[in-house]
Amino acid sequence: MDITKRVEIDDVVIRFSGDSGDGMQLTGTLFADTAALLGDGVSTFPDYPAEIRAPQGTVSGVSGFQVHVGSGVVRTPGDYCDVLIAMNPAALRANAKWAKKGATVIVDADEFNEKTVQRAGFSTLDHFEELGLQDSNVIFAPITSLTKESLKDSGLDNKMIVRSKNMFALGICYFIYDHPFDFTFKYFKNKFRKKPEFIEPNKKVLVDGYNYAANTHAHANTYKVVSQKKEKGTYRSISGNQATAWGLIAAAEKANLPLFCGSYPITPATNILEELAIHKNLNVKTLQVEDEIAGICTAIGAAFAGNFAVTTTSGPGLSLKSEALGLAVMTELPLVVVNVQRGGPSTGLPTKTEQSDLSQALYGRNGECPVVVIAASTPSNCFHYAFHAGKIAMEHMTPVILLTDGFIANGSEPWKIPAMKDYPSICPPIVHEGDTEYKPYRRDELRLARRWALPETKGLEHRIGGLEKDFITGEASHDPINHQKMVDIRAAKVARVQDFIPNQEIIGDADGDLLVVGWGGTFGHLFSAVDDLQHEGKKISLAHFNYINPLPKNTGEIFKSFRKIVVCELNMGQFADYLRTEFYNIRFEQYGKVQGLPFTVVELKEKFRQLLK
Amino acid sequence: MEYTQQDFKSSMEIKWCPGCGDYAVYAAVQRALPVVAKELNYTRERFAFVSGIGCSSRFPYYVNCYGFHGIHGRASAISTGVKVANPRLSVWQITGDGDALAIGGNHFIHAIRRNIDINILLFNNQIYGLTKGQYSPTSKLGMVTKTSPYGTVEHPFNPGELIIGARGTFFARSLDVEIKLSTEIMTEAAKHDGTSVMEMLVNCVIFNDKAHGYISDKENREDRTIVLHHGQPMIFGKNRDRGLVLDKENMQLKVVEIGRDGITENDILVHNAENQDTGIHMMLAGMKMPEMPVALGIIRNVKDKTYDDNVRDQLEEVKAKAKVHCVDDLLHSGATWEVE
Repeated sequence: MDITKRVEIDDVVIRFSGDSGDGMQLTGTLFADTAALLGDGVSTFPDYPAEIRAPQGTVSGVSGFQVHVGSGVVRTPGDYCDVLIAMNPAALRANAKWAKKGATVIVDADEFNEKTVQRAGFSTLDHFEELGLQDSNVIFAPITSLTKESLKDSGLDNKMIVRSKNMFALGICYFIYDHPFDFTFKYFKNKFRKKPEFIEPNKKVLVDGYNYAANTHAHANTYKVVSQKKEKGTYRSISGNQATAWGLIAAAEKANLPLFCGSYPITPATNILEELAIHKNLNVKTLQVEDEIAGICTAIGAAFAGNFAVTTTSGPGLSLKSEALGLAVMTELPLVVVNVQRGGPSTGLPTKTEQSDLSQALYGRNGECPVVVIAASTPSNCFHYAFHAGKIAMEHMTPVILLTDGFIANGSEPWKIPAMKDYPSICPPIVHEGDTEYKPYRRDELRLARRWALPETKGLEHRIGGLEKDFITGEASHDPINHQKMVDIRAAKVARVQDFIPNQEIIGDADGDLLVVGWGGTFGHLFSAVDDLQHEGKKISLAHFNYINPLPKNTGEIFKSFRKIVVCELNMGQFADYLRTEFYNIRFEQYGKVQGLPFTVVELKEKFRQLLK
Repeated sequence: MEYTQQDFKSSMEIKWCPGCGDYAVYAAVQRALPVVAKELNYTRERFAFVSGIGCSSRFPYYVNCYGFHGIHGRASAISTGVKVANPRLSVWQITGDGDALAIGGNHFIHAIRRNIDINILLFNNQIYGLTKGQYSPTSKLGMVTKTSPYGTVEHPFNPGELIIGARGTFFARSLDVEIKLSTEIMTEAAKHDGTSVMEMLVNCVIFNDKAHGYISDKENREDRTIVLHHGQPMIFGKNRDRGLVLDKENMQLKVVEIGRDGITENDILVHNAENQDTGIHMMLAGMKMPEMPVALGIIRNVKDKTYDDNVRDQLEEVKAKAKVHCVDDLLHSGATWEVE
């Protein structure tokens, strides 16, 4: 008789954790994707170490993956988890702080012995007490030995069998959250199409994990997230890096130009290059070059020759690209530089998130060297902003820096698939043969963009380069007045982009006691915190920026109608400082965090409450 | 259509110092381009000149075709981007010993490794000219310059050894004053599929005058250099009486005199620029005065798949199998679900 009770819930946060070789990223992804297919809202947060295989069983080698599943739109991966899966004592120790009071904690009992507990750095034998988990619902499941038992006749060797234990843990979760197997079975079939001997064992372990939980009544209740009605359409799950890559391809398609990406592998930006490399048949050329500088320089060469050129990187890579970015500013060629921000300075925290490259993006070059800076704010809208980065670069003939960050780049969420017919056209100012009036630096009045004469066009042969240009002919010029004019016009051209971007939206009332200001990847957390306080009746609104340079036209107006303004960002106040420079008569409070982690909704609400007092 | 030298001259005033070796290379390029255009059936708008920074890197301003004056050291990367973006272009890279071998060393060797179809003119004057006289990676050991007042303590690169070591498919060397030879080399380099590197030994009349004087000296040039021709015996000297043989005992090249010790022309090595093996080419590129003549002409010219070929072939293969043909297809690829 089934004595478990099914409880309908609005949302749940699950955190999978184990050794970096335990397959926790995959386990979490499979849980998230199944939830998404069921129509739930999903947000994910991979939290992994910089080492591929850090020492086994140590806290430094623990890899985590948090999934937030909810009935409506889910905007953050959740601050704290309802369920913590810890595949060993180190994982338990590293992640206990993320468990809610009274959370369900599922541990692999086989992994808890004197040696492993010591290795994980516990000082007492009562690990749960030591971690403050005494109130939690602990399920001591002998996951390793049950997996071995499950697969003893599978023909797989011991190593392969033990590697399947993550699927046993996943099976337990599937029971508790009433998840069907179909999607995961399909995944196995596809993943192991070249090694079909692995398909059945993986299916068996997953089902055995499920049955184990059912038979032992491992959990008093099972839960069902009841999906709310969503907007009609076709959906998919998408990560920020994938969306960025696809947005760039979409921009190239709309401009009817080949996409060229010159890039060098760097965490956490690498999978944009990897994704682009798959889609060569969509007129995409990718070149993994010898270094970051070659990444941008090949892209500049490709832009000169008429491709839609991009380069992808993370903070340290952007530093290396600075000089060449100046060359792109001088030659006024279209170029998109994607910077997936990570913890800095220097090598910093390569796998952790931060927003501390904003100043570098705005100012980090020699000379008066403005570029357009925009930022994506959710995994799926990386598509939108990558597309618009391309549109602005090509139509305004300027480099554009697109900022994302490790959090939205690796995180994923369900996304209603757009139709390309609903996206605007992209019309770069390409000059055609027979234009006898062409001068390389003559501009159109609307955008102040020079025109793009592509090599191989008869009669438009011209020379450009990094030396200061004559205002019209583009020939090298050292004339003092000409230099002033060129500096002015380059700045004006970037400022003019303001006429082509949407006004800044406010979430909430247009006036009130507190305006929360954010930009980029913190959107989900800021929105959730502001939304909660609005429901409590507080006069609080959110202005979350995607267009950084130039800022939307109405920005100054927005700021005037609030008693207090707080700028929240994952750095020490770089956007706040930028706003202070632009709006010197407005007072901006700031709230920064640099721990390599996203904000938590809890800490944001606490800060906002203080400011509202 | 047939072009003349005049067609490739831009209106820009040339600003090299009077007597600079770069003028001679410029003259050779002006002679070579109409020939290249004719032989390869290229129109002028298909030529693109790309450079880095340095005296020679001003070159693109002076050629009437598409031109890009880049930043220091990055010419190889920029020209790679130009070529990949539009493989129909004939891309010429202008660079110097500082630009290509110091700040741009990394891009330079990787362009060669990829065998991308660009033609690189490496102007080697063994000095930094534009910054007014500091030693370069090709300056001779012990050379006194502004930054080495007591003489350099660094060994120089021999560019040919570097290029052949990276399995470059085309390497040639010429002297600024040998305009005819330079023109021939450039024409062959343009025809070669893959990265062609031409080392131009140029004189910096201001900061390193006569650096190549020992071999460029008209009186002794024929005795101190050997001009290599594919399929021809390696004979040199004013009287055409000296040649190269392989000293089998030491596995190295040796100069012999034809007619002495029973040596005849038949004993002299025949130059095979098309030999895939780098051994002899490396030895030829490495020959140094005064023991050996300095090799000029095309030292190595081998066929191999170019980067451009590989890109094209791979694309054909991918296209044949692709199920995704546009961005709408892409967005709907993989797992999706409907909300009714």
